[in-house]
Amino acid sequence: MRVWKFSDNIDTDAIIPGRYLIHNDPCVLARHAFEGTRDEFAAKVREGDVIVAGRNFGCGSSREHAPLALTGAGIRIIIARTFARIFYRNAVNVGILPLVCHQADEIPDGADITVDIGGGYVDVDGTRYPIEPVPGFMQDIINAGGLVAYARGIEEVKTCTGSQA
Amino acid sequence: MGATVVEKIFSSRCGRAVRAGDVVMAPVDGAMIHDITGPLAIRNFFQMGGTRVFDPHKVIMLFDHQVPADSITAAENQAFMRTFAGDQGIHNYDIREGICHQVVMEKGRAAPGEIIVGADSHTCMYGAAGAFATGIGSTDMGFVLKFGALYFRVPESIRAEVTGRFPRRVGAKDLILSIARDIGADGATYQAIEFGGETMEDMGMEGRMTCCNMAIEMGAKAGIVPPDRVTYRYLEGRRAVTPVDLSPDPDARYADRRLYDVTDLAPQVAVPHNVDLAVPVDEVAGTRVDQVFIGSCTNGRFEDLAEAAEVLSDNRFSDRIRVIIIPASRDEYLKALRSGLIERFVSAGALVEAPCCGPCMGGAFGLLGPGEVSLSTSNRNFRGRQGSTEAMVYLCSPATAAASAMYGEITDPREV
Repeated sequence: MRVWKFSDNIDTDAIIPGRYLIHNDPCVLARHAFEGTRDEFAAKVREGDVIVAGRNFGCGSSREHAPLALTGAGIRIIIARTFARIFYRNAVNVGILPLVCHQADEIPDGADITVDIGGGYVDVDGTRYPIEPVPGFMQDIINAGGLVAYARGIEEVKTCTGSQA
Repeated sequence: MGATVVEKIFSSRCGRAVRAGDVVMAPVDGAMIHDITGPLAIRNFFQMGGTRVFDPHKVIMLFDHQVPADSITAAENQAFMRTFAGDQGIHNYDIREGICHQVVMEKGRAAPGEIIVGADSHTCMYGAAGAFATGIGSTDMGFVLKFGALYFRVPESIRAEVTGRFPRRVGAKDLILSIARDIGADGATYQAIEFGGETMEDMGMEGRMTCCNMAIEMGAKAGIVPPDRVTYRYLEGRRAVTPVDLSPDPDARYADRRLYDVTDLAPQVAVPHNVDLAVPVDEVAGTRVDQVFIGSCTNGRFEDLAEAAEVLSDNRFSDRIRVIIIPASRDEYLKALRSGLIERFVSAGALVEAPCCGPCMGGAFGLLGPGEVSLSTSNRNFRGRQGSTEAMVYLCSPATAAASAMYGEITDPREV
């Protein structure tokens, strides 16, 4: 799988510009992913490619159109040093796995990457990098295939339940 | 161990002691959707098997990003939401009232101690009302519409202690831009920023809204000002509430404590393309601009417009540039109209538009072409935020925007 490498502070305006937010179809949104920021992305991205970024990936607007555009482009995994909070949840909710890798900066653009989620690492051109486990309470949503599928299976929620730090 | 404001809110709403780091399925007291994120949220609600929303009186709907509808698709999205509101018995403010966050505040739809979510990142603004308020995506919102609750990881808080009196023509926007520079664009990720100190206590609701609004620009989950007499005075006539004491305990545990003294604070300008790149205005004075925008949920209130008008005085805006002024809501528009501000702005050469997000949306109108420069009182200067990715957006206060609009270049408002 090919790595699409991005820098720090990639905001959701860059992932999908505001003028396309009237659309809700992932495939339509995917045609405009990173438009004006990295025009080759929409044309050349392939199913299963992996985005690798620095700090604060997905900052800014809460627009879920951003992770949706990436699902439409075939992205299933994003690896970053850190993620912005709303994007992280949105990504999980729409079925993208956001993985934290403290050494993401070392992974070069265009590299061939293999992700072993169970093993907790990625292999890039012969080098192995550890990835952080996903927080427990998000795992159920990921296992269900996203929040819609998770929610479809439950009739009501019990408020004020949860786990302690 | 004492509790922060945010810990007190979650503990109160959950009926048991909740600490930062805990994960709770918390009840939601208000849920806001608008024309951009609403259609997806409603579709997700249906896909989750939703039939009736958890409580139509707790759902807030309005349109502000592309109003009046500027494309057939936008019109279809709004029609879809209108139908949903009618079917569900949700009060829809439609295109009449203005920008979502301002409307939530002025209609009293956020109150101290409440947990509010909005499908918009600047939902954190309602922390000015003493609510825990945070922006969420459309799928999370679909879940909230169905269940009236959402999983939260209770955030740690950064205490921002603000002291001193603002110098002339320096205010809340300059403060929050300087805090953004200090904390950084991701320095508060997953945390809340609790604003306090004598300066915050003396600050009016409009300034508190500006500060809380921009908490997200540091990655924060929420910004909050402990509710006090200013908060309750603002709520009078908007919402009947019983005052609650949510003051943080003296021994509350914070992720960090930051001290800010505004006594010598200079007007701040955030330079392209990140909000935390704020510098004192004199470092960029003389930068030529093509468009000045005064408005947005951050700085489109009557007090912001009055601040701009005070700097403008009887002068004219530069004919070389476009000046776009958009009150944040119908109420704010009427206040500005009745006090003569609108006439003064129009006479001075500005375009005054009806309440909406305007150029800050980056998709409706007032867009920038390649190479153009905008100076804006809004909240984000990301590359492409107001149109072309080859345009430059600078952020500032209404006073700095007005001074700069008079000369067509970034200008220190203290020298006008």
